[in-house]
Amino acid sequence: MNRYPLWKYILVAVALVFGFIYTLPNFYGHSPAVQVSSAKATLRVDDDTQKRVEEILKEAGIAHNGIQLDAVGVKARFANEDIQLQARDALQKNLNPDASDPQYTVALNLLSASPRWLTALHALPMYLGLDLRGGVHFLLQVDMQGALSKRLDATAADLRLQLRDKKIRYASVSRDKDAIVIKFNDAETRDKARAAITGLQRELTLTQTDLTLTAALLPQAMKEIQEAALKQNMATLGNRVNELGVAEPVIQQQGADRIVVQLPGIQDVAQAKELIGRTATLEVRMVDESASASGLTAGADVFPHRERNGEVSRVVVKKEVVLTGDRFIKASSTFDQNHQPAVSVELDTAGGNIMRDVTSKNLKKLMAIILFDRGRGEAISVATIQGEFSSQFQITGAFSPKETNDLAILIRSGSLAAPMEIIEERTIGPSLGQESIDKGFYSTLWGFVAIAVFMMVYYQMFGVTSSLALAANLLLLVALLSLLQATLTLPGIAAIALTLGMAIDANVLINERVREELRAGMPPQAAIAEGYSQAFRTILDSNITTLIAGLALLIFGSGPVRGFAVVHCLGILTSIFSSVVISRALVNLIYGRQKKLAGVAIGQVWKPGVAVTTVAGKK
Amino acid sequence: MEFFRIKKDIPFMRHALTFNIISLITFLLAVFFLATKGLHLSVEFTGGTLIEVRYPQAAELEKVRGALAEAGFTDFQAQNFGSSQDVLIRLPLRSGEDSNKQGEQVLAALAAATPGAVKQRNEYVGPQVGKELAENGAMALLVVVIGIMIYLAFRFEWRFSVSAIIANLHDVIIILGFFAAFQWEFSLSVLAAVLAVLGYSVNESVVVFDRVRETFKKVRGLTTPQVLDHAITSTISRTIITHASTQVMVLSMLIFGGETLHYFAMALTIGICFGIYSSVLVASPLVMWLGVSREQFINKQKRVIEGANEDGAVV
Repeated sequence: MNRYPLWKYILVAVALVFGFIYTLPNFYGHSPAVQVSSAKATLRVDDDTQKRVEEILKEAGIAHNGIQLDAVGVKARFANEDIQLQARDALQKNLNPDASDPQYTVALNLLSASPRWLTALHALPMYLGLDLRGGVHFLLQVDMQGALSKRLDATAADLRLQLRDKKIRYASVSRDKDAIVIKFNDAETRDKARAAITGLQRELTLTQTDLTLTAALLPQAMKEIQEAALKQNMATLGNRVNELGVAEPVIQQQGADRIVVQLPGIQDVAQAKELIGRTATLEVRMVDESASASGLTAGADVFPHRERNGEVSRVVVKKEVVLTGDRFIKASSTFDQNHQPAVSVELDTAGGNIMRDVTSKNLKKLMAIILFDRGRGEAISVATIQGEFSSQFQITGAFSPKETNDLAILIRSGSLAAPMEIIEERTIGPSLGQESIDKGFYSTLWGFVAIAVFMMVYYQMFGVTSSLALAANLLLLVALLSLLQATLTLPGIAAIALTLGMAIDANVLINERVREELRAGMPPQAAIAEGYSQAFRTILDSNITTLIAGLALLIFGSGPVRGFAVVHCLGILTSIFSSVVISRALVNLIYGRQKKLAGVAIGQVWKPGVAVTTVAGKK
Repeated sequence: MEFFRIKKDIPFMRHALTFNIISLITFLLAVFFLATKGLHLSVEFTGGTLIEVRYPQAAELEKVRGALAEAGFTDFQAQNFGSSQDVLIRLPLRSGEDSNKQGEQVLAALAAATPGAVKQRNEYVGPQVGKELAENGAMALLVVVIGIMIYLAFRFEWRFSVSAIIANLHDVIIILGFFAAFQWEFSLSVLAAVLAVLGYSVNESVVVFDRVRETFKKVRGLTTPQVLDHAITSTISRTIITHASTQVMVLSMLIFGGETLHYFAMALTIGICFGIYSSVLVASPLVMWLGVSREQFINKQKRVIEGANEDGAVV
C-alpha cells in the first residue's frame, strides 16, 4: 500500500535533478569582469572592438579568462578583483585617450562563473539585489504637471501662429495653470476662432465665457502626454546612465509617474545624481557660411563635428536658434529617395511653421543640429537644405544605417520631457553587501542544521526523511529563484530561512499523525498511509492561509518587502511538494516494499497504560 | 524519544475564562503602550535620511554628535549599530530644503571632525513615499485579515473564522505593543514579519479546528468543551515541536543575522510565542462561546451525501 507508481518516483527524480542543475550556478558564483560598451550613441561596439580589447590586454600583459561579445558590449573575465582593476585601468587609458570626452564606457561587472553547459541551459546564479552587492537605488518622481505645462506653453504658441495664419485677430493668448485662455474683442471673431481651433487642435476641449475661450487638454491627451514624458525620461536616463559606466543598470517604470533607477557597484552618488538631473538640449541652427569662408567667427559659435570618416571638423553656426529640441515630436531612422540612410523627424505645428519659414529663405544652405550636453555643444548633423519643408522632414548626411538609428534615438531622448525629483535614495557600500550575504547564509545554515539534528534524534528514520525533504525544499527553492532570475535581497534570504522553519511543520504533522495511528494500534504500513493522508488536508489548509499573507505582501509590498514576499510565496509552494511528495517517496522506498513490516523507526511510541514499550525498531 | 505522554485529555476549557482574562490584560497593555508611546517608525515610513558609517576604530559618538550639531543639524539621532565601529545617523525630513542632499552634507561634516568615516549605507525617503508605504502596509494587513476570514469561513464555518482572526489579530496587537513599549524600530521588514506571523499562527488554529471537526464527526457523546480539550491535547505535541523548530530557525537569525535582521527576528519570536498561546487557548474558547456544536457538522455531512461528494462516502 505504500508504493508509489513509477511515474511519481520519476517526477521526484526529475524535480531533484532540476533543482540540482539550477542551484549549481550559485556555487560557482560570479567572476569579476570588465565590460566595454559604447559611450556615444553614434559609436558601435563590434568584432573590431573585441580585437582591440584583446590587443590592449595582451600589450599590458594582463591574463584574461575569456572575452565575449554580446548585445551590450565586449566582456572580458578575470581571475580576481586585482587583475580586474588593472584591466579596467589599462582599457580606460587606451580606449579613451581623452578622458574628458570618453568614446567607450569601461565598467566593472560580474559575470556568471558557471561552466558553459550550465549557462546554455539558462542556469545562472541568483541575481543579487543592491543590498547584497552594493550600489545606488533612486526612486524618481516625474513632475507630470511640468510636462503638461510645457506642452500647454507649446500649444499656446501654436495657437497664436494658427490664429494669425487664419487672420483671426485675438486680444491675448496666455496659459493659466492647466488651460490656455484666449481673449477676443468681439463675439464674431471668437466664434470664428472657435471653429478654427476645433478643426486644428484635436486634443483640446474649449469652453466659452463672454469674449474668452478657455482651452484645456482632453483627459486622453493628458494621459498620452504623461506616458510619453515618462518614456522619454526613461530613454534619456538610459543614455545617461551608460556614461556612468554601470554594467547592469536597472531603469524601470513604477506606477504612473515614477522611475526606479538602480546602479549596482556605483559609489559616487553625487556624480550619479548630477547626471540624472542633467538637462541636455538639442538645437537647430543655420551654418554661418560667410563666417566659415572668411574664418572670422566673431558673432558666431563654433562646434566640433565628427564626420563619417572619423575626422573632427569645425562648424561655424549662427547664434540665432531656429528650433530647440522640445519641438521634435518624433524621430526614426529611414532611407531617402536615393536609398541613402536618413533620419525622418516630425516637428510640432509651431516648429513646422518656423521650419517652413526658414527653409524657404535658405535653400541650398547648410543647417546644423547641435546637441548641448554638460555645457558642451557638438554638431551631430550638418546637412544641406534641399527644398522647402515644414513639420516633417528628413535629416540626410554621410550616415550609415546604424548611425541614423542612433541619431534618431539621440534626437528622441536628447532631453528630459519633464523635470524629475529624487524621492527615495538608497546607497549600500560593497563591504556591507558581502557581510549581509554571510549573515544571511550562516543564519540559514545553522538554523537548518539545528532543525535537522533535532528531527533525526526525535523521529529517527522519519526524521531523516523529513530532513532530506527539507534539504530538497531548499534546493528547489533556490533553483526556482535562480531560474526566474528573481532578485535576492537580505529580506529574501530571511524569507528562505523562515520558509524552511515553517516548512518543517508539515513533516511534524505527518510524523505525529503516524505515531498517533501506531499508538492507536494500527499496523505500521497502514499507519504510514493513514498518517500521510490525514495530515495532507491540514497541511494544505495551513499553507493556504500562509500563502494569503504572502500574496498580500507581494501585492502591497514594495522594495525589500517584495523580495521577502516573492521568496515566501515560492517557498510555500516548494515546501508543500517536498514535505508531502518527496518525503513520502523516501518513506515508500525505505518501508513500502516490505510486506510484513513489524515496526518503523519513528522514535518511541508511548502508549498510555503500558509502562515502557518500544514499538519502534527496524523490521 | 517522546516528550509528551499525556494520559487523559487536559481540561483546557475549564480554564477558558482564565486564559481569556490573561490575554485580555496583555492585549490592553499592548493597546496602552501603543496609545501612549506609539510606534517608533523607521525612516521608510516617516521619510528622512539614514546614514550608516564605519570607523576604523571604535567610534566616538560624542564627537560625531558634536560635528553634526556644529554643521547645523538639529533633531538628529546618532547611535552605534551592531558594533562600536558602526554608527547609524537618522535625520528627519526638513521642510522646504533639499532633503536628499543631507546625506552628503553629513558625510562632509563627519569627514572634517572625525576622520576615517566610511559610508556604508545611505537611505533617503521623501515624504510622499513614506506615507504611501504606511498606507500600503495597512492595506496589506486588511487584505490578509479579510482573505483568511473568507477562506476559513468557506473551509470550516464562520465561528471558526471569526475566532481565528480575533485570536491572531490579538497577536499582531501584542507584537506591536512590544515594539511600542520598548521603542524598537518598526521598519518594513518588521511589518513583513508581522504579516508572515499572522499567516503562520492562523495555521495553528487551522490544525486545532481540523481536529475539532474530525472529533465531532467521529466521536459521539462528548460535550463541546470535551471535544475541544481532546482536539487541543491530541495536537499539542505537534504544536510545540513545530513552533520550537520554527523558533530555532528564527533564533539562528537573531544570533547570526546581525543588526539588520534583529528586529525582524524579534517580531517573529514574539509572534511565535504568542501565536501558540492565542491560537490554542484563545481561539478555542471563543469558538466554544460562539456556540459551536456537533449538529453543525452532522447536518453538513448529510447534505454532502446527497451531493455524492468524496467526503460523503465516509459513513
